[in-house]
Amino acid sequence: MESRFTGRAHVYGDDIDTDRIIAGKYTKTLNLQDLADHVLEDLDIDFRSKLTKGDVLVAGTNFGCGSSREQAPLALKVAGVSAVVAKYFARIFFRNAINIGLPVLEVPDLEADSGDEVEIDLKAGVVKNLTKHTEYRASAMPQVMIDILDQGGLVAYLKKNGTYDASAL
Amino acid sequence: MAHTLAEKILLDHTDAGDLKPGDIVPIRCDLVLANDVSGPVAFGAMEQMGAATVFDPDRVVMVADHFMPAKDIRSAELQKRLREWSHEHGVHFFDQGRGGIEHAVLIEEGFILPGMVITGGDSHTCTYGALGAFGTGLGSTDIAGCLALGEFWQSVPGTILVEVSGAKRPFVSGKDIILEVLGRIGVAGGTDMVLEFVGPGAEALSIDDRRAVANMAVEAGAESGIFPADRITTDYLAGRTDRPWSALRSDPDAIFARRLRIDLETLEPLVALPPSPGNVVPIGSVAGRKIHQVYIGNCANGTITDLRQAATVLRNRRVHPGTRAIIVPSSQRVYRQALEEGLLEVFIDAGAVVSTPTCGACFGGHTGILAPGEAAIATTNRNFTGRMGSDRADVYLASAWVAAAAAVTGEITDPADVVGEGGP
Repeated sequence: MESRFTGRAHVYGDDIDTDRIIAGKYTKTLNLQDLADHVLEDLDIDFRSKLTKGDVLVAGTNFGCGSSREQAPLALKVAGVSAVVAKYFARIFFRNAINIGLPVLEVPDLEADSGDEVEIDLKAGVVKNLTKHTEYRASAMPQVMIDILDQGGLVAYLKKNGTYDASAL
Repeated sequence: MAHTLAEKILLDHTDAGDLKPGDIVPIRCDLVLANDVSGPVAFGAMEQMGAATVFDPDRVVMVADHFMPAKDIRSAELQKRLREWSHEHGVHFFDQGRGGIEHAVLIEEGFILPGMVITGGDSHTCTYGALGAFGTGLGSTDIAGCLALGEFWQSVPGTILVEVSGAKRPFVSGKDIILEVLGRIGVAGGTDMVLEFVGPGAEALSIDDRRAVANMAVEAGAESGIFPADRITTDYLAGRTDRPWSALRSDPDAIFARRLRIDLETLEPLVALPPSPGNVVPIGSVAGRKIHQVYIGNCANGTITDLRQAATVLRNRRVHPGTRAIIVPSSQRVYRQALEEGLLEVFIDAGAVVSTPTCGACFGGHTGILAPGEAAIATTNRNFTGRMGSDRADVYLASAWVAAAAAVTGEITDPADVVGEGGP
């Protein structure tokens, strides 16, 4: 996984739940493109048309609250979102995103407007708003999540390691 | 070192010598659960991991419940995959007509014991705290890891101790207790926490009420919601399982992140307004709001207790002509019991739809989808935008008492105004 990249920000608010990321009615399929076609439509019906591959989703507190549906981070990833930066994430969504290889960063004090150019450095845990010339440090992630993301997701991590390395947790 | 109940359960499931909140530890699962939505995604991930078999088929349960019975070809394909995979791997499988909603089935069929760790591909796996177990929801890839290894990693949660005192007033139920908690701590107030419910008011609650409470712990962002096992737990498990278990409690000097006190003597029926389960108000402040559909069911509140409450309100009354009512027993067992107790007759005579057990419209899947401009009151656990259908429909969350009262009057109504002040 590329550890440093830039993207255009799409900024939304607090408590964006998994139903608004991908509605329950769409979870009846294993076709990921079908999920991506409907991502965030109950939050912003124009999101899909505004999204360019590599864009960054920026949100407030408790992003991804609600359902454990992994279809939510999958839909974002397949639609072309390169990372989600939020003040903080609901816990199940946070793990799910890392597990499927969608970078997520918790930045409590990030200020950004839609359209701002954002640079993300996963290794350093730094988010820069290139438009506003500001820089932020992401909250530290547990080592196991860093390792999983490093491998591109939990499938690759477990394929390589065979198990959770207790000493590395 | 003193420990909370959740810490003690986790300690029993890890080789870590000791643990404290914030520690990341590998945890062994006693039981792994998935359904027709989370299961097929997990199966694919497990195959990609290179795991050919599950860690222990006897510790794996699959339940077809979300789009069950299949609403269309795609959902039928998911269930076919679930069915074939379950047979191939020899795991426990509840097909349509055999089980019902996963969290009802696992509790009622004796799979859950106090002190267990259960991971489920469904956020409401926290419901198992009703029996003193640590149940937590995970996504499909984490579940794939659990299926392959019988293990996952967990950040040890802190504990919010909810001390419940007093006796419930008429028309107050477990639903109101958890809505009160959500109203106070909000939808992220339980992040990285477990909610533990103690005190005389909690000890007096039936398992059905405890299920309603524990079920919505995740609505506060909590990892789980737990009631220490007690005599009521013992009585509930008698006849459901003969496997041994022991009751754990938090040490008196354990450290709690926060304490909340709830006095049942002053708790009244509550309603969560759209679009958040944390948007909680007393029923009086929203009485009179028009309701197009009443939905009584789901993994939180489709128990026999809920159906009895609904029947008490609907007996010899009719569903209001401007309103529709859908009643969904949460399991085949509850469905059968409701039949034997004459409850289904009450619902049918009142003009309600009685559905087979299913997750149905709770998550906007099928069997009761809302049109734009409509409002529903539901005993479910989420009222997010678009949750039960149109993104321009409103969902109010409340107990079966309150939902059934709305069915009679066609608007949000204090059940005491329908049944009488003195209670049922």
